Amino acid sequence: MDMTQTADAPPPSPPQPSAKPETEVRERPALRAGDRLFLGLSGGSGILLLVLMAAIAGFLSYRAVNAISQDHGNFFTTFEWNTDTTPPVFGIAVLAFGTIVSSIIAMAVAVPVSIGIALFITHYAHRRIASPLAYVVDLLAAVPSIVYGLWGALFLVPHMNGLDLWLDRYFGWTYVFDQSTPGSAARSLFTVSILLAIMIVPIITNVSREVFRQVPRAHQEAALALGATRWEVVRLSVLPFARSGIISASMLGLGRALGETMAVATVLSSSSVLSLHLLDPEGGTFAQNIASHFGEATNFGRDALIAGGLVLFVITLIVNGAARLIIARRKEYSGANA
Amino acid sequence: MKLLRKNGLRATALGALAVSGALVLTACGSDDNSGGSGSGSASAGTGASASAAGSADCGKGSGNLLASGSTAQQNAMDQWVKNFTQSCSGIQINYKGIGSGAGVQQFLQGQTAFAGSDSALKPEQIAQSKKMCTGGQAIDLPMVGGPISVVYNVPGVDNLTLDAKTMAQIFNSKITKWNDPAIAKLNPGAKLPSTAIQPFHRSDDSGTTDNFTKYLIAAAGSDWPYSGGQTWQAKGGQSAQGSANVTAQVKQTTGAIGYTELSYANASKLSTVALDTGAAQPVKISSDAASKAIADAKVVGTNGDLALKINYTTKADGAWPITLVTNEIVCDKGNKQATLDATKSFLTYIASADAQKQITSLGYAPLPENIASQVRTAIKSLS
Repeated sequence: MDMTQTADAPPPSPPQPSAKPETEVRERPALRAGDRLFLGLSGGSGILLLVLMAAIAGFLSYRAVNAISQDHGNFFTTFEWNTDTTPPVFGIAVLAFGTIVSSIIAMAVAVPVSIGIALFITHYAHRRIASPLAYVVDLLAAVPSIVYGLWGALFLVPHMNGLDLWLDRYFGWTYVFDQSTPGSAARSLFTVSILLAIMIVPIITNVSREVFRQVPRAHQEAALALGATRWEVVRLSVLPFARSGIISASMLGLGRALGETMAVATVLSSSSVLSLHLLDPEGGTFAQNIASHFGEATNFGRDALIAGGLVLFVITLIVNGAARLIIARRKEYSGANA
Repeated sequence: MKLLRKNGLRATALGALAVSGALVLTACGSDDNSGGSGSGSASAGTGASASAAGSADCGKGSGNLLASGSTAQQNAMDQWVKNFTQSCSGIQINYKGIGSGAGVQQFLQGQTAFAGSDSALKPEQIAQSKKMCTGGQAIDLPMVGGPISVVYNVPGVDNLTLDAKTMAQIFNSKITKWNDPAIAKLNPGAKLPSTAIQPFHRSDDSGTTDNFTKYLIAAAGSDWPYSGGQTWQAKGGQSAQGSANVTAQVKQTTGAIGYTELSYANASKLSTVALDTGAAQPVKISSDAASKAIADAKVVGTNGDLALKINYTTKADGAWPITLVTNEIVCDKGNKQATLDATKSFLTYIASADAQKQITSLGYAPLPENIASQVRTAIKSLS
């Protein structure tokens, strides 16, 4: 306290020894410059990010409005995507449906599997198995999406035919799993969903694994001391603690599933049919639609594609926002504050 | 402890600096594409000698020619560029197959010396081109003929003949079985199975789709009730991305039928449909058959524009009417001075009978002489 007072106070009190305060005074401004620089840099980075987001949103909206204003169909309910014709008629109904449904199925498949892998690595497997397994999962995350696409088209599709026929026979009554022409190639939204699930498993696994490692040892030992089995330890101490982390991990995976382009474009037999029969080779997604039409698109066609991109942007924002809300609400119960 | 924290802080600051630096760099990196275009001739110097071992006349041209557009003519361009630069080492040509739409776009923005396009210029594009071609406008020069084959995979059926109406009904999912009476009538004696027909079309926009459906519109009448264009409009069937995937799908699906460029059909050894055009004999697809159809085409462009209109309902003997003609797009007047000579000598070379013959083995159709001579005259008058 004394020190700061002398430092702040101007010369008037003369009799003090000169050496000590001087060093203090000299050290302070140096620190402040560093602080200021750091504040500038980190603040600048933050602002840059906001500016980038605003620039993307502004660019998308500007081009999108131009396209939508000339659309002779209803942009939200039209099925087909004809930007070449006069007048142009295009809409996002099929694309929005395909994007959301394939992502939801992919999440439903990938999240439980990923949590399972992550738990196995962190809590069940012997270290000798766990670290190679973790390494392999990391490798999976690094495979480019076009490779997944080729693998999907050449390997997964032919091998999905059997599963499709089985689903059609025993679950055809659900309508969703009914194939209009039994035995048609499995180049469907369902196959795309499975492929997306495989693609996002590594991301979700990696993040959840890190979260599970953060669970305080004391929590787990306390549960063990109370006589809990290993599953009960996981259920009572690990999962509640990691809940918000798992949600974040899932959101990262969902982001990839929503925006996946090449793998979907390679596997899916796209069409402008909104089919609830998920095993039929119909449908489309936003990113796939852009990939299919961009090369030959005219100026106007590009604007229309950008309008589609804008909707995907908004959907992603909404999903991320919702996830943040869930995490914020659950924080108090998660044990993370304990 | 304090020291440690300070170092940590510094490291973070450095990290932040690095990140923001990288961002700034990326921001700057976006506009480097335009640099090499147009006036890049200075560096290449006057290396264009008169060595001319081949048939190409290098003229006074030199420098770096940028062009882009249609992927349908990519293979032909690659072949021509290879041959041309062997005799004219002073000219570098860089043709990028980025799609017709994007290619025309780049040309209209002045980034390239010429564009390759599957479809003729639209009136508004010609109007737009007047800004770029000072004193002139953009014109189409038909250059590469591409026969579009109809491939099928029906075991036991080696020769299949279809006419436009039947084909339209197949691709519109109106005929769904291979032993349909309409198909049987055209193929007396063939053992047609009762397999379901699985028609395949392109999922991406393409000039191949555009020309295939133009044929159906012209020749099948009310059986093809769609307006056409680069996007596939009919209902039913399956789609695949790009010619390669369509071909692959037909190859691996029993009962499949699809349309693809002749080169893909040849490479995959798929059976191709013979077309009952009303000529004495059903027409088998070949480069020659396509050239015959192009010879029957009409020039519909005006003011020096040579855009062709294929006569899809031609009954000429041995003419295969499902043929795509891709154009090169240049300014008739007001081409960039720096690249004009090089552009002219390259275009003159590729329009020559010799160069046209070379691409036949790649599955293209050479321009017939009546069209090629008009193209050569037009190239001579470019300025």
